[in-house]
Amino acid sequence: MILSGKKVIALGERDGVQSEAIAECVRSAGAEVVHQATKCFV
Amino acid sequence: MHFQTQQLPVIRATRYLLVHAPDLVRYGSKPSREIERNAAQLDLINSHLRSYEEALAYAPNQVYVGGLYPDDLKSVAVPWFGHALENPARHGEFGEIMPEDEFYGVLRIGDSFDMVWLEENFTAEIRTRLAAHPLLTAEDLKKLGDGKSLGQLNEQIKKGAAIPLYLNKHRLVGCFLHGHDEDPALSATRLLENLACKVIAALSLRNLNVASGIPAQAVDFILGCGEEAIGDRYNPGGGNLAKAAGEMAGCVAASGVDIKDFCCAPVQALTMAGGLVASGLHSNIAVVAGCSLAKLGMKYEGHVRKDMPILEDVLAGFASMVGVNDGQSPVIRLDAIGRHNIGAGSSQQSIMEKLVTEPLTKIGWKLCDVDKYATELHNPEVTEPSGSGNVPKTNYRMIAAMAAIRGEISRPDLDVFADTHGMPGFSPTQGHIASAIPFLAHAQKKMASGEMSSAMFLAKGSLFLGRVTQMSDGVSFVLEKNRA
Repeated sequence: MILSGKKVIALGERDGVQSEAIAECVRSAGAEVVHQATKCFV
Repeated sequence: MHFQTQQLPVIRATRYLLVHAPDLVRYGSKPSREIERNAAQLDLINSHLRSYEEALAYAPNQVYVGGLYPDDLKSVAVPWFGHALENPARHGEFGEIMPEDEFYGVLRIGDSFDMVWLEENFTAEIRTRLAAHPLLTAEDLKKLGDGKSLGQLNEQIKKGAAIPLYLNKHRLVGCFLHGHDEDPALSATRLLENLACKVIAALSLRNLNVASGIPAQAVDFILGCGEEAIGDRYNPGGGNLAKAAGEMAGCVAASGVDIKDFCCAPVQALTMAGGLVASGLHSNIAVVAGCSLAKLGMKYEGHVRKDMPILEDVLAGFASMVGVNDGQSPVIRLDAIGRHNIGAGSSQQSIMEKLVTEPLTKIGWKLCDVDKYATELHNPEVTEPSGSGNVPKTNYRMIAAMAAIRGEISRPDLDVFADTHGMPGFSPTQGHIASAIPFLAHAQKKMASGEMSSAMFLAKGSLFLGRVTQMSDGVSFVLEKNRA
């Protein structure tokens, strides 16, 4: 998947992959993070 | 870091309490919001509630109070709610499962502001049973009073001054009064949550005083680490449940304070207690947590959708005594505390490095040297129907992956590591309570019998829920068999 130039909504999970980590990854691939949030499901 | 032997902090004992509270499920955050949107949801909820006998015979609940060891769940057929245990005991080795009617009485006993009104006939019914409770006194029973008439209860409820308390779905047995006309921090619902948190912590503490051999009068400090943050409209989280629970438990020589760190709080509190004992500031510190009433029925929609009973029908608490080295109790290794520091980053690998590999490396241990890891211990039977996954399993696979990255195990052995060094989730989804500490008493028992040498307790806190940071937090400690 080519992320460069794409807008991304990063939804993470506390016990999985948190949104900050997702956002960092996609930014490094050239995407713009328009919203990020981490959720706790317990 | 070097401490004198007598300053080593140990965990003298840990005790738990479960309260079966099906008629309070309606006041859980999720159910109450759905009922407000659609009143028919209450009938749906009521039709999926369990009896006390069913909750008592539910294997994960028995693990929580010490009737079973966590790994015993591997041999209980699933679904666990469909395979009731035979002859389950109310009082397990580590605590009890209390029925709802008696809990209403305990709420009244712990009420310092005459907010809990119980109906007179109901009061008479529970008085005899509460008199037989090993942790309640004649002084407690006086606080029950004589009760109110049904007319008095209905009058308060009708004019909006109180919320009703039911038993067996439809019988009105009491009401809970608002603490202020305009203050949401003192609404009846909020005060019910807070008082439930206090009395469950207090009863756990009373049980702990007996179990630890350290009487209430000898406790010199209390750290509260439960979910609730008490206060009023000007300072909603400023209060101190630790001291309130200590008062009800008779810890007259103690002061106390609350520790807040979302689900990290209990493990944070235990490490802080260890530090305070090691420093010589305090000798007997009770770490206590009450329940999360707001989380009753949190995932009820998933349960109802799958035509399961609503499993989030219990309130949970615990109390643990941290004291000076007695030469027997397991030691909190203060030289192996894991901390998720601010600059650590938020990837799971970074978090696990901070919580697991770094502290173990400091004391020269490998990941395989820890017999058991206690992480988020939420019962998967509660979380999976709503799509929240198996939280303990996720964490154990991550720890196993760290062991594989470090070359301690091969990739095909990931599941074996997770199975051997982990355990099935068994804790009710009572927020902070589920984070590692439900295994404390089990670990202590295994260490006393020589079947276990060490366990690591690690917890993560969802700081981002408070909307002031995107961060989470994490903390861990190693508990080791006393080698004195």
